[in-house]
Amino acid sequence: MSAKKKQENQPDKTNSSVLVKEPSEKPKTVLMQGNEAVALAAMEAGLDFYAGYPITPSTEVAEVLADKLPQRGGTIIQMEDEIASICAVVGASLAGAKAMTATSGPGFSLMQEGIGYAKIAETPCVVVNVQRGGPSTGLPTKPSQGDMMQSRWGSHGDSPAIVLYPDSVKEIYELTIRAFNLSEKYRTCVVLLLDEVIGHMREAVSVPDISKYRVVNRLKPTVPPEWYKHYDEDQKYLSPVASYGEGYRFHVTGLSHDKYGFPTNKASEIATMTRRLKKKITQNIRDIIQIESFMMEDAKVAVFAAGIVARSAKSAINAVRKEGFKVGLLRPLTIWPFPDVAVQRMLKNVETVIVPEMNQGQIIHEIERLTKEKNDSDIKRIQRTDGELITPSEIYKKIKEVL
Amino acid sequence: MASISQKTIHQYLRHNKKFPHVWCSGCSNGIVLGSIIRAVAELEIPKDDIMMVSGIGCSSRISVYADFNSLHTLHGRPIAFATGIKMYKPRMKVIVVTGDGDATAIGGNHFIHAARRNIDLTVIVINNHIYGMTGGQFSPTTPTNDFASTCPHGNIDPVFDVCQLAIGAGATHVARSTAFHSLEVQNMTKEAIEHPGCSVVEVISACPVIYGRMNKKGNASKMMENMRDNSISLKAVEKLPEEKTKGKIVRGVLKKDTNIPEYTDSYAKLVERLKRGNDE
Ligand SMILES: Cc1ncc(C[n+]2csc(CCOP(=O)(O)OP(=O)(O)O)c2C)c(N)n1
Ligand code: SF4
Repeated sequence: MSAKKKQENQPDKTNSSVLVKEPSEKPKTVLMQGNEAVALAAMEAGLDFYAGYPITPSTEVAEVLADKLPQRGGTIIQMEDEIASICAVVGASLAGAKAMTATSGPGFSLMQEGIGYAKIAETPCVVVNVQRGGPSTGLPTKPSQGDMMQSRWGSHGDSPAIVLYPDSVKEIYELTIRAFNLSEKYRTCVVLLLDEVIGHMREAVSVPDISKYRVVNRLKPTVPPEWYKHYDEDQKYLSPVASYGEGYRFHVTGLSHDKYGFPTNKASEIATMTRRLKKKITQNIRDIIQIESFMMEDAKVAVFAAGIVARSAKSAINAVRKEGFKVGLLRPLTIWPFPDVAVQRMLKNVETVIVPEMNQGQIIHEIERLTKEKNDSDIKRIQRTDGELITPSEIYKKIKEVL
Repeated sequence: MASISQKTIHQYLRHNKKFPHVWCSGCSNGIVLGSIIRAVAELEIPKDDIMMVSGIGCSSRISVYADFNSLHTLHGRPIAFATGIKMYKPRMKVIVVTGDGDATAIGGNHFIHAARRNIDLTVIVINNHIYGMTGGQFSPTTPTNDFASTCPHGNIDPVFDVCQLAIGAGATHVARSTAFHSLEVQNMTKEAIEHPGCSVVEVISACPVIYGRMNKKGNASKMMENMRDNSISLKAVEKLPEEKTKGKIVRGVLKKDTNIPEYTDSYAKLVERLKRGNDE
């Protein structure tokens, strides 16, 4: 049932995007909405299965896929709630599908138990969370970065997380494909965190050429079924993984399990499992982490910001630079695992760090943790939780205050 | 009727890895597992094509013992996981094993929606009238006035009738039996697996160690005898006057409808229609 790649490279008549055509009739630039980019990129990455429950501001993802996925032989189902959605996604993935769901705050909360299941069962899947203001029903149509910590720690128990954070429609496209690749490679649930503004923004995107992106698919086992271990510990991370219905008859449980997948109470086997869940991420951190450094070479003041806030920061920095001050930006594309080493190295020589975020202070604690040598007064905060964006002028003012 | 030998059953168990099992002696769960395995064996469905999905609870532990594709999920969610698998691989025969709490309390929403969609799952609800795994709290099927650890003064909750719930929600094959009638369970399971749509088989079962003790139901064999004496087949009900059938467990196929579209089939038709439309 795998999606047909060739078909998608053709301009698509039913595509709601506006194609800006060159004289040669070759599509060049597309006006694309952020949430639509998620759907289109997911299909490029080989999406076979989508299950979801409608919620603002993520619904367009499901709407685009409801139109297109069945047309390419993929499967989409609207479930009865978000709990069912993540469970169906994990089930389909275990049967071999590249599977995804998309949601927002309240739905993301409901999905946490299932996300934990995907992690312990080492089942690839992608969860898109287009953040909205909270707590509770909060602000359905306004931006917030309130789920920075929930995306890391939302599910009970201890396990690492991979969370990606794009800042533009083009980057949504790229990071969606990357989210699938990382999930297949490391056999885990990868979360794509979006700001509501970017999810709903329409931007001109030069249609990325899919051949530039390597699409990663999980490896199939070649051993006879009797030898098969669903959690083979001697492989680094790309261990071959069987799907249901292909002759391997393995067992999967959310209980702590041995390398075959059977439940265990043995301390040594439990330790092996939890170590494995951690190590596959920590040992491959350089492959997982992406961070943008903007005008940081000589910076005395650094802004650390993600997503749409980083875009405000960039315009502020450009303005301050024009006035001759040395200011730069660090922008994580991978927010979890946190880019500790890069952040530490790049913030070593700056005098002041400004952390603007649309929450009551989440990422700032990570920055404080990594800059112990600095005084508290060297770390400045800008925090908004009123549903409004942090503007370039707010960041500009803060930078000027500390210079 | 061709009988399935003990040897055949052993071929379906993960005997070298997973035994002894976790259940108390006298528990009905093993009997139900036996019935399911014999049903599959009689239908001669290859093990590779069977997908067994379960939730969390004593009954849901079933999935680890049988040598099928097996998935032990979250409390209440096996039907949701199973829906994902069935939608993506409709050729698999998906059997869900779930407890009364798993299916009708925490998982009630998934239960009714699978029934509404009429998706081809075989849902075996093992109803022991209690939360066994967590030590005997009342469930939506614990009879009113009975005792459980969270209703030590007697249960004031009204009960769900699992089969009526399934019928009301739209399941197209609904049957009930008891663990005492293991052959009947086997035949009902066979019929349910073969039915193209959402089928529910409720198996009234005995939890002698917890429910039985708390409610003075006697030992395991006494509880089995009660299932025999307090149940009555649907055919007999039709012939007997009402006072003779009151309060009895009615066993039999309570609903069977093969005229309702099956969900994965409807989806396949949609895909087919779009394909044709796009070719034109
Ligand atoms: C989300 C969640 N809530 C509660 C539990 C605890 N729990 C485990 S099994 C169970 C009840 C099982 O009862 P039932 O489904 O009737 O199965 P039985 O054990 O009686 O076979 C509960 C409440 C859990 N595992 N997960
Ligand atoms: S507690 Fe009850 S249901 Fe659970 S294994 Fe024991 S007898 Fe069976």
